[in-house]
Amino acid sequence: MDYSIEMLHIRKEFPGIVANDDISLQVKKGEIHAILGENGAGKSTLMSILFGLYNADKGEIKINGKKVEINNPNDATAHKIGMVHQHFQLIDTYTVTENIILGKEGSFILNKKDASQKIKDLSDKYGLNIDPDSIIEDITVGMQQRVEILKMLYVDADILIFDEPTAVLTPQEIDDLLDIMKGLKKEGKSIILITHKLNEIKAVADRCTVIRRGKMIDVVDVASTTQSQMASLMVGRPVNFKVDKSEAHPGESILEIKNLNVLNAKKILGVKDFSLTVRAGEIVGIAGVDGNGQSELIEAVTGLRKIESGQVLISSKDITHVPIRERNEAGLGHVPEDRQKRGLVLEYNLKDNFVIKDYYHSPFSKNGILQQPVMKEYGQKIIDTFDVRSGEGLDSLAGKLSGGNQQKAIVGREIIGNPKLLIVVQPTRGLDVGAIEFIHKQIVNHRDAGNAVLLISFELDEIFNLSDRIAVISDGKLMDVVNTSDTDERSVGLMMAGVSSKGDK
Amino acid sequence: MSAKKNKELKSNNFIIAISAVVLGLIAGAILILIIGENPFASFRYLVRGALMSVRRTGTTLAITTTLMLVGLSIAFAFKTGLFNIGASGQILAGGLAATTVAFAVDIPHVPLIFLILLTGFIAGAIWGLIPGLLKAFFNVHEVVSTIMMNWIAYWVVFYFVPAFLKGPSLETESAGLPFEKTLRVSWLTELFDGSNYINVGLIVAIIAVIVIKFIMDKTTLGFELKAVGYNRYGAEYAGIRVNRSVVLSMMIAGGLAGLAGVAYYCGYSGKIQIGILPTQGFDGIAVALLGASSPVGVVFSSFFFGILQAGKGFMSGNTLVPPEIADTIIAVIIYFTATSVMFKNFWDKRFKKINEKRNIVQKDSNSIEEDN
Repeated sequence: MDYSIEMLHIRKEFPGIVANDDISLQVKKGEIHAILGENGAGKSTLMSILFGLYNADKGEIKINGKKVEINNPNDATAHKIGMVHQHFQLIDTYTVTENIILGKEGSFILNKKDASQKIKDLSDKYGLNIDPDSIIEDITVGMQQRVEILKMLYVDADILIFDEPTAVLTPQEIDDLLDIMKGLKKEGKSIILITHKLNEIKAVADRCTVIRRGKMIDVVDVASTTQSQMASLMVGRPVNFKVDKSEAHPGESILEIKNLNVLNAKKILGVKDFSLTVRAGEIVGIAGVDGNGQSELIEAVTGLRKIESGQVLISSKDITHVPIRERNEAGLGHVPEDRQKRGLVLEYNLKDNFVIKDYYHSPFSKNGILQQPVMKEYGQKIIDTFDVRSGEGLDSLAGKLSGGNQQKAIVGREIIGNPKLLIVVQPTRGLDVGAIEFIHKQIVNHRDAGNAVLLISFELDEIFNLSDRIAVISDGKLMDVVNTSDTDERSVGLMMAGVSSKGDK
Repeated sequence: MSAKKNKELKSNNFIIAISAVVLGLIAGAILILIIGENPFASFRYLVRGALMSVRRTGTTLAITTTLMLVGLSIAFAFKTGLFNIGASGQILAGGLAATTVAFAVDIPHVPLIFLILLTGFIAGAIWGLIPGLLKAFFNVHEVVSTIMMNWIAYWVVFYFVPAFLKGPSLETESAGLPFEKTLRVSWLTELFDGSNYINVGLIVAIIAVIVIKFIMDKTTLGFELKAVGYNRYGAEYAGIRVNRSVVLSMMIAGGLAGLAGVAYYCGYSGKIQIGILPTQGFDGIAVALLGASSPVGVVFSSFFFGILQAGKGFMSGNTLVPPEIADTIIAVIIYFTATSVMFKNFWDKRFKKINEKRNIVQKDSNSIEEDN
């Protein structure tokens, strides 16, 4: 069989964790080969080994049947392996051409014209639609990603690795990217696609290697395997795509937002005369296109942003202008939108992160002295209850955890205090189906325990799956609040676009 | 089981610091060879100059005292996410205020010592408070504002000393403090064979190290300050008052440097000179770096730099090696501590190999056990 890449019996250990345990990956020439696995399953480690960022402890790599040593990314490039990283490596103020030829300038005098022409030709050939002379910061994220692709094509890479390429893209851009990948395949390139999104695998991949907890589980033919089969291979048990939840039994009002006005970063009104009530025992989802005032609304309610006018009440207590700590004490739990910037102190270990909101009071401290044994016991409870996986347990630095486990840690910390009002923003962004299912279940459980939940998500699926009522926000204004059972994605989508459901205004 | 007993070797701050020191000494040795002297003999003179007698050791410890307090100030600031480059100004502020109070107040020696220490701490804290407020409320970077505060302190001393504390002869320095108004105490001076420099500042410095270590490791205050230092957005989200923390950190850092000023001007020298920005403020950065910003690390690194400072005169007196060689060694060490990632990688690779070998041996012995 003709394999362009073979990674055989790869093993890689990190302190306290075996990231890759005897994994083999064989990619045929001209195929799109997906690597599917949960967050932290070892996909990125495997690719980092192939790209020369890590050295494997054991195992060998063959390219076109020949054994090779790849010790650094330059070796990888020499073997015609290219990689599009999750975070783009582009200089914002340089042009497309300058970014692509960076490090391969050749002679002392730059010859940008030839390079620019070559880039133009490549762009046309693969339908990338990139102007070589535009500045990176002026083009969209989707286009920036195509510049990364061009970088690989420019050096004639034959094996292209895409690391979670769609995480940063809009739905339209995702479709474009998948088309581009098909085009690349047609030209004979081999593509490795790392992802945990099953529909994308279904759309473009030929075969798929499934990894779970560092071990290779199976290699499947995508066309003859269903999404739910792949999902259960990935997480090791059957997966429920639909959230199981019973009818809501709403009680008294917990969160009351009254005529709220909030300025955004540009000092203009980002939230306009917004009113909403969330009651005990219900989940209210806020649907809207990113950038329509959701962030400002949540920051205002949680105390991270000043409120211009209006009122916010938690359990009838006016918290409009009180400090964040007082809001927390009034019963607010908050899973923030940006888990690395807000949610965690990455340099602190898990134990410290778990008490970051509560360290100052009993039983976690007495007379200003931290009570380590209490903190340990408490932290262990969160780890056990919420299945937070890490190399060294409570002593693991938060920054060393995979994204999914970071999120579980935050959700665990916020839910275990049993807050009357839980605000969750984008709770499952970038997570795999297993983790999504788990976190959704926790949110529903929290509701069933008689608490109010306010959910913000840019994914309509998630909003419809979880919410009992849906509030639609557009341009900072509340369009309408509807019962989930009385509406559908189409009418909510229209309201998100600013079209009112009540008549033809 | 046995894997836990046989703990994996890992590079740590201590090994990295020692590596930097050794490379610094090697660089110094090369320079000494170029001059045509014997490096080993020169280093012996350096160490002897610092430690060969009880009296000289006392002087070395007095130099160490100032460095320890400044190093602690800067290390504390680092840990809380601040770069206190204004220790020089805080030393001057603390030293000037303490000297003034020492001249002005006539009370018995022991209470006076407590009074001038408190004065110095407060003056240093005020010198830290201003950049702290500027950072917290106007987002002015502390590097800029603390450097400005250095020069404000410099010029305040420049005009204040000749006007109010003038000595009998020289225009450029204050009158000398009499013994019973300094931090020097007779039992300590006698203990160190009549050293004119050793003073209770050393004890203050060691207590300060212990207090700061306790605050950082065990208290809610340290938890807050470090959290703000690592991630102020995360701290804000968690309900910690970020602005208050920044101001408090700068005040504590300033206060510690102020204590260093008391130890130096009211202990080591007994007078305050004008027109000099004390270099200890910058040496303290090296102390903090080499000590990996940990209070205990600062104790050792300040003693090491104290030896270099104290012994360099003796070395150059007995050889052709100029005293600047000691400064060069310090500079090289700073350079290598700043690039400590390099050492970390070096030692990690080394240790990995050793660990692997151990694992193989262990597996063999395990299989033998199983056979039995």
